[in-house]
Amino acid sequence: MKLSAKIYSAIIFCFLFAPIAVLLVFSFNEAKSLSVFSDFSVKWYVELFRDRNTLAALKNTLVLAASATAISTLLGTFAAVGINRLRSRWYRAAMNTVTDIPMVNPDIITGISLMLMFVFIGRLFGASTSLNFGTMLIAHVTFCTPYVILQVLPKLQQMDNALPEAAMDLGCTPLGAFFKVELPEILPGIITGAIMAFTLSLDDFVISYFTAGTGFETLPIRIYAMTKKTVTPKMYALATIIFFVTLTLLLISNVVDNEDSRKLKERKKKK
Amino acid sequence: MKSSGASRTPVTYRAALAPYSVWSVLFVLVPLIFVAFYAFTDNDFAFTTENITRFFTAKSNIVGEDGSTTEVRTYVLIFMRSLKLAVISTLVCLFMGYPMAYIMARAKEKTQKTMMTLIMIPMWMNFLIRTYAWMTILQDTGIINGLLGKIGLGPLHVIGTETAVILGMVYDYFPYMVLPIYSILAKMDLKLLEAARDLGCGSLSVLRRVILPLSMPGVISGVTMVLIPSISTFYISQKLGNGKFFLIGDAIEGQYIANNLHFAAAIAFILMVILLAAMALLKYVTARFVYGGD
Amino acid sequence: MEKIIELKNISKAFDGEVVLDNMSLDIHDNEFITLLGPSGCGKTTTLRIIGGFESPDSGDVYFMGERINDIPPHKRHVNTVFQRYALFPHLNVFDNVAFGLKERRVPKQEIKEKVERMLKMVMLSGFADRRVTSLSGGQQQRVAIARALVNEPKILLLDEPLGALDLKLRKDMQQELKKIQKNTGITFIFVTHDQEEALSMSDTIVVMSEGKIQQIGSPTDIYNEPVNAFVADFIGESNIIDGVMLADYRVRFGGHVFDCLDTGFGENEPVDVVIRPEDVDIVAPEKGMICGNVTSVTFMGVHNEAIVDVGGFKWMIQTTDPVEEGAHIGITLEPDAIHIMKKSKYSGMFGDYSSYSNELEELSNSEEEAEA
Repeated sequence: MKLSAKIYSAIIFCFLFAPIAVLLVFSFNEAKSLSVFSDFSVKWYVELFRDRNTLAALKNTLVLAASATAISTLLGTFAAVGINRLRSRWYRAAMNTVTDIPMVNPDIITGISLMLMFVFIGRLFGASTSLNFGTMLIAHVTFCTPYVILQVLPKLQQMDNALPEAAMDLGCTPLGAFFKVELPEILPGIITGAIMAFTLSLDDFVISYFTAGTGFETLPIRIYAMTKKTVTPKMYALATIIFFVTLTLLLISNVVDNEDSRKLKERKKKK
Repeated sequence: MKSSGASRTPVTYRAALAPYSVWSVLFVLVPLIFVAFYAFTDNDFAFTTENITRFFTAKSNIVGEDGSTTEVRTYVLIFMRSLKLAVISTLVCLFMGYPMAYIMARAKEKTQKTMMTLIMIPMWMNFLIRTYAWMTILQDTGIINGLLGKIGLGPLHVIGTETAVILGMVYDYFPYMVLPIYSILAKMDLKLLEAARDLGCGSLSVLRRVILPLSMPGVISGVTMVLIPSISTFYISQKLGNGKFFLIGDAIEGQYIANNLHFAAAIAFILMVILLAAMALLKYVTARFVYGGD
Repeated sequence: MEKIIELKNISKAFDGEVVLDNMSLDIHDNEFITLLGPSGCGKTTTLRIIGGFESPDSGDVYFMGERINDIPPHKRHVNTVFQRYALFPHLNVFDNVAFGLKERRVPKQEIKEKVERMLKMVMLSGFADRRVTSLSGGQQQRVAIARALVNEPKILLLDEPLGALDLKLRKDMQQELKKIQKNTGITFIFVTHDQEEALSMSDTIVVMSEGKIQQIGSPTDIYNEPVNAFVADFIGESNIIDGVMLADYRVRFGGHVFDCLDTGFGENEPVDVVIRPEDVDIVAPEKGMICGNVTSVTFMGVHNEAIVDVGGFKWMIQTTDPVEEGAHIGITLEPDAIHIMKKSKYSGMFGDYSSYSNELEELSNSEEEAEA
């Protein structure tokens, strides 16, 4: 790399990592200040784990993310299998468009649109509050599933379509062929898709904000409420923890993906 | 005779797709219809165009720095401001991101992977918190002004200016610009560049006549991916703009909090229609004038 | 020999495009039958209908007298060797070959014996634990054959199984497949677009074009007595010339009346005359039945290939005698060198070498392979 390129990349990365560095450093600040570092301390971490409300929100977030991941992975994997084999060009185009919508549409519109529908239906049934864990779960599954499809579909397309046929040729039922042959082939895509769904759900604020019930607070929503007031380094400690959890998950997903593409390369070389 | 055929007919595959199809209709398409439905009805769900007209006609007075007041159309102004800030942010992302993508695409394969991970990592820090972190960096008593103060400069008032809002948007959506451009540049056949040199192009000329045109699809998807979230964002301007630059996203949120769901829907509806039209136009222009853009 | 597969009036269209057009075909037990034709002629679709991967829009498929239209692939006594083998990449060689047996819940010990015997037959003993992705193309091919044959199917379907191999390996595998077919007695239905492959391996060749069977016969029948210009051109090189059948055993073309061996045409019926390039004798101009000018000569190793202009029509002649470009030569034809065909819709489309070039021929061949 040329020197100029190195300098340019360095500047960009400084810009990208500045706030993260600030967060990390000040989460260990002894004082309450977010701009003057006084002394190293883990007291904000300790305090964080004493904060019942935040821990409850953390639990909520994890429960929501896990449920949304399970449902969207299942829904998305089967959808990808179906889309991959669609013969009708019309149906395929329709499915692609519908899958694109939650990814392209601004989050705020996705959130508002779901909220309006839930509120309307709630009113129909005379419920006083129609937003709850269920509505949030639906919202999360809705925006996570396209990402699962996006990860699984390429794996299906890379797969030789003759594989499931070969399995059936050798006596498998169509369902058996799926589990014995197709599933092992697309598993890496399913795993990376699931991880992606999990991290997206964990991190989502905007859509959750509009579809959250009053009794169900997730971490991003709690953080939003907290930043409306003065923020303490406790929140930075929280952000640091979430950050490293997400990072670990993504690195795992990267390893899975790399391993898979390495195998694929090996396979191609032989042909 | 007609035969329904063996199990390989897509029946099983259609069955696999059915739950998602139903889900998409119920929770993607129908909600969008609800946006339109709310936008065109009043609190008793009677048809009205009032919400829409209100968006275009609502007026308010703003007080200028010299104390004079001017009457403006509130939401049109907010929309134009959102558009302006989003367009500037997108352009900044483009001019910062293209060289970055180019550097990445020309780096060694291992370096490429590392750089890509590095570019993406900030996206996994919670959006609210990283925006807040910028606030603590930039504010008058913040880190930068602290440093400037030590060498006898400043303070620099950044928070509460449009620059701060733009910085926030650029920071948040920068990766969305780099990644699509990078993926196109990385796939580009290096022989094409050699061919151009062979035909007498200098470095700049290769860039202008070969690399730029071929990377247009990446640029266009980068622009879309930055423009859409930055035009509809809320929160960034609340924090970095010190609440002075109300954006269209903030307007929707404000109406939601005030429980004016029908007007919130109207704003969302108008935003959606404008974005849809812009995307259609972009798609048309791309298909028509950009190689590989369909 | 008894009929093992009967296809009756099969039609199939994809997106409105007709791929098989009212096709009927009987396939007998213990036969090596080849479906031959250019890409898009419907040969692979025919195979897939027999395998159960496609169902015909109309018409019936019978297996040993029983209608099997609605029997799914996993219940048919048929196994397939797929075009690019379709080996399961997550399983090793042994588990690939054992796949079908496991599916049928064959006892473990028996599976082991059968798989080992089969691997020995395809000369892959000792490869059982290898990953299939680590094998060469030829080895993968053998695994694919073993995987299908271990199930002892009544019929083995082979969809261009040799297409991905290089020339030398392909020739070896041709011999081997033929041997396996003889030894096992299983009916092989083989799909290819390579006419040499078809001629050298098959008991019966079915030449197809545009979803229709053009001719069914033994390799020698097909080569020596093609029914129309398409078959004549597709199988080997042919000069196809407009002629008029004057009477039985008498045909006129190129301004000369020739003796031939063909009968059964109407008096003065226009016909297509097929002359294989290797059946033409070159003589001095004054001794020739017809005369022409040599426009080009290509040295092909065993023989010379000359393009000769006879009254505006370009003939291809293969000869071991020396010929020179620009020479004026005479041509003689023995009666058995002349084959007469009825006019068909393919008349006039093939068999003229005026725009012939080796290079073009090769180009179009490789294109076809890429498509297939």
